[in-house]
Amino acid sequence: MSLNRERFLKTSAGAAAGVAAGASGMHIAFGADYSPIGTFPSGTQGDSVFLGLMCPLTGSYSADGEDLRRGYLLAIEQLNNGTGVMGKIPSLAGKKGVLGKKIAYKVADSETNPNTAVQHATEFITQNKAIMISGGVASSEVIAMAKVAQQQKVIFMTGASGSNDTTGKDCQRYSFRSQCDAYMVAKAMAPILGKALGTKRRAIYLTPDYSYGHSLTGSMREFTEKLGWTTVADVVAPFPSTDYSSYLTNIANSNADTFINIEFGNDGVASTKQAAQFGILKKMKLVVPNVSTYFPDGVGPDIMNGVYGTQEWYYSLAGTYPLSKLFLADFQKKYPGIIPRWTAHIAYAQLAIWADAVTRAKTFHPPTVIETLEAGKPIDLMLGNVHYRAGDHQLVRPVPVVVGKSRYQMQNKDDWFKVVDVVGANDVMQPLAGTSCKMPSLT
Amino acid sequence: MSVHLIEAQLLNGVALGSILALVALGLTITFGLLGFVNFAHGAFFMVGAYAGWVVYTKTDSFFAGIATAIVFTFVLGAVIERVLIRFYYDRPKEDQILVTFGLGIVLVESVRAIFGGKTQLVQTPAWGASVVQVADLFYPQYRLEVVGIVAITLVTLWLILFKTRIGLIVRAGIDDALIVNILGINVHRTFLLVFALGVAVAGLSGVIDAPILAVYPDMGTGVLVQSFVVVVIGGVGSFSGAIVGGIVAGEIISLTTAFAPDYGQVMLYVAMALVLILRPQGLLGVEGRA
Repeated sequence: MSLNRERFLKTSAGAAAGVAAGASGMHIAFGADYSPIGTFPSGTQGDSVFLGLMCPLTGSYSADGEDLRRGYLLAIEQLNNGTGVMGKIPSLAGKKGVLGKKIAYKVADSETNPNTAVQHATEFITQNKAIMISGGVASSEVIAMAKVAQQQKVIFMTGASGSNDTTGKDCQRYSFRSQCDAYMVAKAMAPILGKALGTKRRAIYLTPDYSYGHSLTGSMREFTEKLGWTTVADVVAPFPSTDYSSYLTNIANSNADTFINIEFGNDGVASTKQAAQFGILKKMKLVVPNVSTYFPDGVGPDIMNGVYGTQEWYYSLAGTYPLSKLFLADFQKKYPGIIPRWTAHIAYAQLAIWADAVTRAKTFHPPTVIETLEAGKPIDLMLGNVHYRAGDHQLVRPVPVVVGKSRYQMQNKDDWFKVVDVVGANDVMQPLAGTSCKMPSLT
Repeated sequence: MSVHLIEAQLLNGVALGSILALVALGLTITFGLLGFVNFAHGAFFMVGAYAGWVVYTKTDSFFAGIATAIVFTFVLGAVIERVLIRFYYDRPKEDQILVTFGLGIVLVESVRAIFGGKTQLVQTPAWGASVVQVADLFYPQYRLEVVGIVAITLVTLWLILFKTRIGLIVRAGIDDALIVNILGINVHRTFLLVFALGVAVAGLSGVIDAPILAVYPDMGTGVLVQSFVVVVIGGVGSFSGAIVGGIVAGEIISLTTAFAPDYGQVMLYVAMALVLILRPQGLLGVEGRA
C-alpha cells in the first residue's frame, strides 16, 4: 500500500468534514485537503463531471474505434444508473453516478491520427474541464494523448494500445493502459505457437512503421527466436497503407514458411487479403499476434481458419467469467444484433476501473486517484481480478490466446475463434526492470 | 538482393501502376477536360466499391458488381452534376475544391450511416483467385487481369472521347463553349456527360480495387492523394500521362521496396517533387493546360 498514514488521515478527515458540512459544503471541505491541479476542482463543481472520449471513427482503425465508442456509451449509461457490471463492483454497488455526480461526456473523432487526437483531448480539458479523458486505438494516438494528460495533470485511461512504449519509454504518471502490451502478447503466444507449429520455423514479418509495429515485431522476434525460430526478414511498410503488393512481393520471394502479420485494423485486412492473392497463405502459415476487432469479418473464414493470435477479450469468455456474461448480455440489449469486440471491452473496463478508484479515493483529485490505482487493489471484472502495476501503469491481467475456426466450425457470424488458453498474468508480465519506464512525478 | 526479386518487383510495378493509372484516370478526365478539380474523387471510388460489393454478395457475380458500380456511379455523378457541380464550373478553383471536399464528406458519412464503419468482406472473384506463373515468377492472377481491365477501359474511353461525334463535341465545347452553343449544340449536356464519365471511372476503379483493398467508408482517402501524385507526375489532363504516371509511380514504389521497403512511398514523393521542379507540366503534360 502506497497510501500512507498521513494521506489516509487527511482523506478520512476530509470525508468526515464533507459529510458534516452537507452536500453544498463538500467542495470547500475537499478544497481544503486537495490543492487544485489540472481540472480539479473546477471540473467537479456542477452536479456532473465531464469525460472527454477520443474514438477513431474514421481512418484505418475506424471499425475498432466504433466498437470502442459503443463500450464507452454502455459504461457511462450503467455508471449513471448503477446497473450491469458497474452495479456489481462493491464500491459502486447501489450508487448512481460517481461520487454522486452524473457522468457527462462527448465523443470526438480522433481519425486514427495523433494530431487530431491531441487537439480534441486538449479541447476537452480546457473547454469542458474534463476530469478524465480516455480513448485512442493506435498507439501513436495514445502515446501522444498521454503526454497531454501528463502535462495538463488530467487522468488518461487509454483506449487500445499494444506498443511496449506506452508503458515503457513513453510511460506517464497520469496514463493507465489496460490492453496487454506487445511483450505479454508475444510471451503468451510463443509456447502455444511452439506446440502447434514446431520449433524450427522461418518467420517473415510485415510491420507498420510506427511504435506499435516495431514494438510487437520486436517482442515476437524475441520470444519466437528463443523457441528456435529464425527470422528471415522484417518488411516495414508505411502507416497507413493501402496497396501492399510491393512489400508482399518481397515476402512471396523469400524462403520463409511463416508469415507474421503485425498490420492492424483495415491495414491488416488489406495486407492479408493481398497476401492471399499472392499465394503467400498457401506457402506460409499465417500468424496474426494482435487480431484487430473486425479483422476476421474483413478477410473471411477461409483465411481465418487455423490462424493463431490473441484477443484482448473475446465474447466466448462469457462461458468462463460471470461478469463477461453480464457485459455481453447488457451490450446486446443496448445494441441488438451486435456482439461486443475487444475495444468495447477496453472502454468499459477502463471506465469501471477509474470509477472504482475515484469512489474508493472519495475524491476526483487526480493525484489521490492515481495513488489509489497504484496501490494495486484488485478489481473483479470481465477477465477476473486485475490491477494496475505502480511501476509502469500496465494492467496486470491475463492474455487470451485464440485460433481461427473453419467455416464449418462457426456457429454464428461472430464465432471466429476458439480460445486456446487464457494465459495468466504471472506468466506474461514483463519484469519492471525491463520496461525502461521512468515514471514522471504527480505534480 | 536477388535478380529474381528485382524481376518480381518490375512485374509488380506494372500491375500496381495499372491500378494507380485507372484510379487517376477519373480525376484526369474531369480535371483535364473540364478543368474542374474534383476532391470527391476518393469518395466516388468508395461508392463504386460499395455498390459493387452489395450486388456481388447478393448475386455472387463479380461482373454484375462491376456493371452495377459503373451504372450507379454514372447516374449518381449525373445527378450531382445537375444539382450542384454545374454551378461551380465558372467559380474559382478554391470554391470547386471546397464544394467537392464537402460533397466527399457527405458521401462517406452517408455510406457510414447505411452500412456502418466496419470492414466489409469482398472476396477475390473465382476467376482471379489463383496464382499464375510468369516466366519463373508467381503473381496473383487477379492483378494481371486488372492490367487487362485497365487496358480495355483506357481504349474504350479513348474511343469515346477522341473518335466519336460526342467526343468531338465535348472537346469543342471545352475549347469554346459559346461557339458550340451558337452551332445549336447543347454544350451543357456534354459537360454533364464528361463529369458523369469521370465519376463512373472512379466507381469502376473502386469496384476493381475492392477485392484488393479493405472496404470501409474511408477507403478513398488515400486514393485521392495517390491519384493527384500520379496526375502530377504524368501531366495534368493528359490521357497517356495518367498511364505513364501510374506505371512510373508503380515502378518507383516497387523497385524501392526491393532494396529498402520503408522508403517506397517516400521515393514516390521525391519523384513528384523532381517532376515539379524539372518539368512542372508533368512528363506528358502540355504547358498551360488547366
